[in-house]
Parts: sequence; C-alpha cells; structure tokens
Amino acid sequence: MFELRKDIFADERDDNLKEIGKGTQRQDMLGHVTATSTYFNDHKLQGMLHLKVLRSPHSHARIRRIDVAEAEKMPGVRRVIRGADVPRNLNTLLSLINFGIDDEPSLAVDKVRYKGEPMVAVVADSQREAFEALAKIRVDYEPLPSVFDVEDALKPGAPVVNETYPKNSFTFYDKYDHQKLRFGDVARGFAESDHVIEHRYQMSPIEHAPTETNGSIAAPDTNGRYVVYTSTQALFFSLDTCAKILDVPSNKLHFIGGTVGGGFGGKVDTMTEPLAILGAMLTGRPVRYVFGREEEMQFGSPRGAERIYVKDGVRRDGRIMARQVRSYFDSGAYTRLSSYAVIKCVAHIPGPYTIPHVHADVFCAYTNRTPSTAMRGFGVTALDFALECQMDRLAHLVGMDPMEFRILNAYRDGDMKAHRRIAKNTALIECVQVAAEKAKWKIGEEFKRASSLKDGGGERAQITLTPRDAAISFAARPAAQQRTSYDRGTIAPLAPEPAPPPPPPQPQAPAPTPASSSHGATRFSSVFGRRR
Amino acid sequence: MPVNVKTFATVPEAASALSSEHGARYIGGGTLVMRAVNEGDLSFSTIVRVKDRSLSNIRASGGRITIGAGVTLAQILRERDLAFLHAVARSIGGPAVRNMGTVGGNLFAPAPFGDLGVALLALDTTVSMQGGYGVREMPIEEFFAGRDRAAGSVVISVSCERPASAEAFRYRKISRVRPKGASVISLAVHIPNVSGRVSGARIAYGAMAPTAIRAKSAERALEGRMLDEAGVAAAIAVAAEGTSPATDAIASTWYRREVAGIHLRRVLLGQHA
Amino acid sequence: MAKTALQFRHNDHEVAVFVEGGDSLLVALRDGVGDHSPKFGCGQGGCGACTVLIDGEAHLSCVTLAEMAEGRSIETADGLKTGPALHPLQTAFMEHFAAQCGYCTPGMLMAAKALLDHNPQPSRQDVVEAIAGNICRCTGYEPIINAILSVVTRSSAARA
Repeated sequence: MFELRKDIFADERDDNLKEIGKGTQRQDMLGHVTATSTYFNDHKLQGMLHLKVLRSPHSHARIRRIDVAEAEKMPGVRRVIRGADVPRNLNTLLSLINFGIDDEPSLAVDKVRYKGEPMVAVVADSQREAFEALAKIRVDYEPLPSVFDVEDALKPGAPVVNETYPKNSFTFYDKYDHQKLRFGDVARGFAESDHVIEHRYQMSPIEHAPTETNGSIAAPDTNGRYVVYTSTQALFFSLDTCAKILDVPSNKLHFIGGTVGGGFGGKVDTMTEPLAILGAMLTGRPVRYVFGREEEMQFGSPRGAERIYVKDGVRRDGRIMARQVRSYFDSGAYTRLSSYAVIKCVAHIPGPYTIPHVHADVFCAYTNRTPSTAMRGFGVTALDFALECQMDRLAHLVGMDPMEFRILNAYRDGDMKAHRRIAKNTALIECVQVAAEKAKWKIGEEFKRASSLKDGGGERAQITLTPRDAAISFAARPAAQQRTSYDRGTIAPLAPEPAPPPPPPQPQAPAPTPASSSHGATRFSSVFGRRR
Repeated sequence: MPVNVKTFATVPEAASALSSEHGARYIGGGTLVMRAVNEGDLSFSTIVRVKDRSLSNIRASGGRITIGAGVTLAQILRERDLAFLHAVARSIGGPAVRNMGTVGGNLFAPAPFGDLGVALLALDTTVSMQGGYGVREMPIEEFFAGRDRAAGSVVISVSCERPASAEAFRYRKISRVRPKGASVISLAVHIPNVSGRVSGARIAYGAMAPTAIRAKSAERALEGRMLDEAGVAAAIAVAAEGTSPATDAIASTWYRREVAGIHLRRVLLGQHA
Repeated sequence: MAKTALQFRHNDHEVAVFVEGGDSLLVALRDGVGDHSPKFGCGQGGCGACTVLIDGEAHLSCVTLAEMAEGRSIETADGLKTGPALHPLQTAFMEHFAAQCGYCTPGMLMAAKALLDHNPQPSRQDVVEAIAGNICRCTGYEPIINAILSVVTRSSAARA
C-alpha cells in the first residue's frame, strides 16, 4: 500500500504534483548564468602540482623496458609514478558489484593494448615541466600484431588482446563466451515465414566530446583523508574504485563532485582520480590531472561500436514470425562497461514487439582499440537503430505502411516476452499513434483504434517451446515469472499453471571468487543468471 | 626549459632575436603559438613579440593593396576597401578568432587551416619579410615553398593588385560545420577576364597540400577557354593533379581528391556550393 | 624561473598578478586573479569556453598570451552582474533554459555581450555568427539563440 500524507505542514506546502507541461527551472541555472556553478577545476589549491601521463604510441606491444632515470632528474619534477607504485594495479569497473574480472591496469607494466594506454605518470610543478619530463622517458617496445575488427578478434588464431580473456571475449556467468537468448525455434519460425531477410548493421564508436574534459584534483585533507574534486558522473563508483585501486578504506576518501561539464556517459570510468590521488599520496601535495582536448577525443573512452546482424522471418500478412540477432560489441582493449552493455542489449531483444521465435547471441569482444564505455542508452540505442531500420525494410517487403507495421507487431499487455516474462504497462502502440498524428502521417482506422490494453495475452501469453524444451516433460518446462502487484489487472494463462520447475542443472563451474573481498558490495540480481 | 617571452619595439630587433635564439617562435595573435604551448610543443622555448603599430597598417585606397602582417581578420572586415576579402575573412573561425588571428599568422597556419593564404595566393601576392639581412620581397608561392625554413624572418606585410572586378575574384570554403569549421577544401580563383576567353587564371587550393598551392594543370587547361560547361571540362578533369591532400579529422585524402573537381567546377561556373 | 608582473583592469577593478612565461590569459585569470568563470575546454581556441572581452572585443583567453592583457580592460562572465542584479543576458538565459551542464555558458554570455555591445539590433543570423566560435554539447543552440534574441526584442520594445 502506498499512502500519500498531504496534511503534514499542509499550509506551508504546494505539492499538487502538477508539473507536466510546466517549464520547471533547473536548480543550478542561476549558478550557470552567474558562473558560480563549481566544476572540479574551479578550485585554487596552494602548491598544486600537475600530472600528465606517457601514452603508448602502439596499439599492441610488449613493454621490454621503461627508463625514467632522466625524467626523474628534470627540473620541477616531484615524482614519477610507475605501475609498480600502484597498490592494486589491475581493476575492472564493475568489480564493485562483483561482475567481471580485473583486467585493466592504471599504468601498463608489461604490455600495452591500445594506442594511448597510460604507462607512466609524471607529477611536476607545471604542466610544461611535466611535458618536458615525459619527453625524456625511454621505452623499449616490441610491437605485436593488432586486431581491430570484432569478428576477426573472435576467430581462432587472432592476436590475444587481453590475456584475462584469451579468446578475446568476455566470460559471462564464469562460463560462457557470450550472452544467449532462446525463445521458441527460429528455424521453425523461418520455415513458417513467407520472406526471410538478413542485414548487417554497423555503428562507429562515438566520442562524447564534452566541453569540459575529464579531470580531477586530489589533495591531502584533514584527518589523513584525501579530498578529491572530480568531473565524474558516478561519484560513489569513482570513490569505491579508487579505494580499491589504492587499497585504502573508502572513508579515507572525500569525493566532491557535483556539476559535470557534460558527461553523456564519458565520465564514469574513473580515469583520472586514481592517479591524481596516488600523486597526492606520494608528494603530499594537491595534484591535478586533466585531459587535454586531444586526450579527451582520442583516448577518453567512446561509446562502443557495435556490429549487429538481424535475420527476420515475416509472413505476407505482416506478422514477424522469427527474429535472430547476432551482435558483436567492440569493448576495445578492456572491459569497462561493455559487458553490462551486452546484458542490456539482450534484455532489449527483440524490441517492443511480440515475436513467437527469438534467438540472440551477443558477444563482448576485445580489440586493440580505445576501450569503450557507456553513452546515452548504451547497449540499447545502437540495437534499436538496427532493429528499426530492419522494421522499415520488412514493412517495405510486405507492402505495409511502416507505422502500421509496427502497430501490428507491437507487444501488448499480457503477451509473453522472449525473456519469459509477461509484458505489462506496454505503450508502443500509443507512441506510434501519437507520433503519426503529430507528423500528420496517415494510418488506417483499425490502427488508430489499436490499444496496448486490447488483444494481448491468450495465445500470445504462451511460451513458445525451444527445441530443447519440446524434448522434456510438460511438468519440467519453464513457466512465466511470478506475477507482481504492479501488473495491470490479472491475466489468466490458457494452460493450467504447472508445478514450479526443478532448479536448472548447476553449471560445472568453480564457485566465483569475489574480485575484491574488502568491499562486500551488494549483488544486483539483474546482472547474474542466478534467480533469487 | 621554461618558456621565455621577449617583447621588442621594432621588427628588425625581433627578427634578430629569432635568428640568434635557438628554439624561438614569433607570436602574432597567438592562435597558433599558444595552442602549441598548451599542447606541450617543446620545439621552442622563447616567444618573440613585437609592439610595432605599423604592422597594423592597411593601404588600400588605390589599385595596389598593402596589408600589414599584424592586421587582424576582424580589421579586414571593417575595411570597406578590402571588401573583396570579406568573404574570405568571414569564413575563418568565429568572431573571437577573427579578433585575434592576423594576416601574417594565417600564412603560417598548417593545413587544413590558412584560408586567407589561399586567397592571397590566387591574387599573386608579394610577401615582404624582415630577415637578418634586411627586408626582402618574394612572391607568395616562393614564401610557401620555403615556409618551414623561414626561421629567423618576420613577415611585415603582404601586397597585391586589387582584383580586376568583383566577378574576377571568387572564393569558396567547403567545411562540414557552418558558419565555422576547418576546410575540407578551400578554393580561390582569380580570372582577370571573366566574360571573354580566360587568360592568366590563377587557381589556388587550401587543404590540398601542406600549404596553399596553385592548381597549375587546371590553370593551363583553362587558358583560352570560355567559362562555360564545355570550356571548363578540361580543367575539371585535371583539378586534383599535383595535389597531395592529407587525411585528417576533417576529411580523407581520397575524399578531398574526389570533390576537388566538383567544387572547382561550381566556382568556375558561378554555381553555389 | 622569472615571473612577469601583469597589471590590467579586470571587470570593474584593477588587478595585478605574476605570470610565468607562456602562461595564457586563461591561466592568469583562473590561477592568478582567482576568476574561475572562463573555462578550459580545449586549449586550442576551438570551443570558446574561455571567451573573455578585451577592450570590448571577444577573445579566446586560452590562446591569448597573458602579457597581451597588460594595461587593457578584461571582462569576464564574473563581472556581468551589477551589484546583485543580473545582466539582461543572464536573465534571458535562465528564462529560455539556455543551459544544461552550464560549462559553455560563461563563454556564450561573453560572445553575446560582445555582439550586443556593438550591435544592439542583431538579426538572427548575426546572433548565429556571434556564437559561431562557442561549442555547446547539451542544448542544441536554439535556446541560446532565442535567449539572446529575446534581449534584443526586449530592449527595442523598451525604446519604442
């Protein structure tokens, strides 16, 4: 039960909750126009030092030797930081929620895996002195063959980008090299279709290009803590990541974020804070590490490129019978958030449509490119680009109006989704109807009358059997997820509800060891295959 | 080495400092030099400045135009007698860049920048330079050819003949972002006799080589022709000959070669971009 | 390392700072004077986040040698208010939702001020060109253009 108490301080409140349609002012707008909104760099700290990193010119190379002797003697240099100085020099962002294996060093030690990978950090009195010291560092590289294409990276014999994942693809649930979705039998679906088409869609990596570059200032603070002003979008992620990398309790760090000069997903990777804090620890002074513009554009992580193959079977009456998606996410040299992007992608397949047979295989692949990360609906938006282009092609193929085609195939409340959950609170039909009206795009009367609340469920609530399911007994077949109180009305399944299925056979995999034992992070169930 | 700023009252003093000092660079408005400093360019540690008002002089009332190297693009836009250069100046940067960027500086801007230099090349400009030896005048083509070795010299002014007519001088800048953006290609064309048979045409390109260059093959193919579809065809066929465009963040070598002829054709026939 | 003394007018008062050779005006303002309103976005003169007015003309402080400010009048977004009262441009930006992350805003305001101080009756195209050197990654520019134009309309209505 949800109770709204409006009597408390009633005479001091105006909360009729009517906000839609009103222009509501941002709480920081006055700060923006008076230039008092404080970004990480708007702090003048006494004796602040400047940190710059040496970046690999090779996309893939073994590091034989790094010689910093001359750099250390350069004027103004306070400290030169190497990989060996980083307390825990291997991390992956999502280890905070025990997802993934530590694979990325803060400073490369024996190998560089993408052009621009940081290897050495110099902390100096001025930026120029830092640049001059960087120029004196000598590195012996042994260039290695690179792989830049996602499918090439997955072929046997491809150069191993990241030894943590020797087959160049992320391991899901400690066992699988990709994410799978199986619903029904696409072979049967294609056989029952009148047309089958397959197309390949390709997206480039996209740079967020925020006006403010990534950066942070770390300084020794009172009580033996470090205060960190940062551009991060993910304050607690960044704090916890730094606590792990620097092997300090998280209460030693005081992170102050706030106004981000443009994030869009490009400021979640905690790229500057660990080294800035380490610099402050090693010099006892405030240290600033800011990306220059070229660094931001070239070496700041972009949205991951995706290659998506969509194969659809459609009947001449316009109903899509089967959808098979095979996709490769280019994670670049390290995982960061691409593993999670894949899960989001699979959760979104086949799009907001009811299709009886759905099959998906999505890979998180490693290449020698700049590691990619989140951006604006990552994992979903690129897939939608592919699916919606395909929807237009299918509509054209069967001679239907593309808007009407979408309404015909749209999911409705009560339909079974490919993830074996009943669809609820669907609204694609209404969105298409409103869009058509606003664009003055004519659609037929029956499509104007369609509704997400009608014609769902019934036969459409069935779980189409996969070839594997069909071979096992009725009682053992999987059922829909348990209904929740958020359902709009009740939907009676056609078949009698079977007894709860026995738990699926446990995979013969070793119990996963948490990436870091000192944090006890709560598990998020969406990220794990194990049901709670 | 820390950066040293040395300011001089006259150009000869500055030129002398440039030649004697190893690793010195001359600063005009700063849009090129300060960018280099910001990005960690360690090739120079002395910045040489001149506070000589005469560098901002413009003499443009007669047929021969002389523009001081310190004249900014914004100044050009305020000068009615330089109306033929207004489209060029307006195409460069935004208002702030035009307040800062100088004529002299633009001559040193690396491709894909340097659009004013492209226009000056089409206008058969003479560059006046102060070196250790004194003042020297050279055709702008010679300047561009030896630009990287011009250390120790300061550009004082540029001068050219006013174009024969408004129609005789044409300029176009193709960029992906408007109104401001770096060039995919920029073109400047001076054809003294636009209504009759072409004689002595000068065609200059920007972003088709490390400096502004003339499209000499196209110029030769245009000689004696009329400015119509048939007349320009031969020139268009060799539009990209002799060019060496780079691949950069704006466009690829292949793309620049592909579109050079298309844009040249539109400029010659007076069609819009 | 020898430092150079620099004295100039900053908004409505005289300031003096010491700069190192090669320091930009942006560094002199932020680290010297302590005015954080002009921002670092690129260091290349390409994004306009560092826009200030020098003797009334828009300049990119990140590519302006600090020494060039000697004896001149520098205006930044920090000086737009009159006492506690907002400048009409600041009010207009608020009313038109012309900022989201706010990072380009100080530069946009100064570019707009430079325009209106010289041309109180700009056309829409004049406004578009005036902010042509300022990049915004959030708003899509329309709210900013509308905000600036609304100041024009308001002042010409006041004059009518």
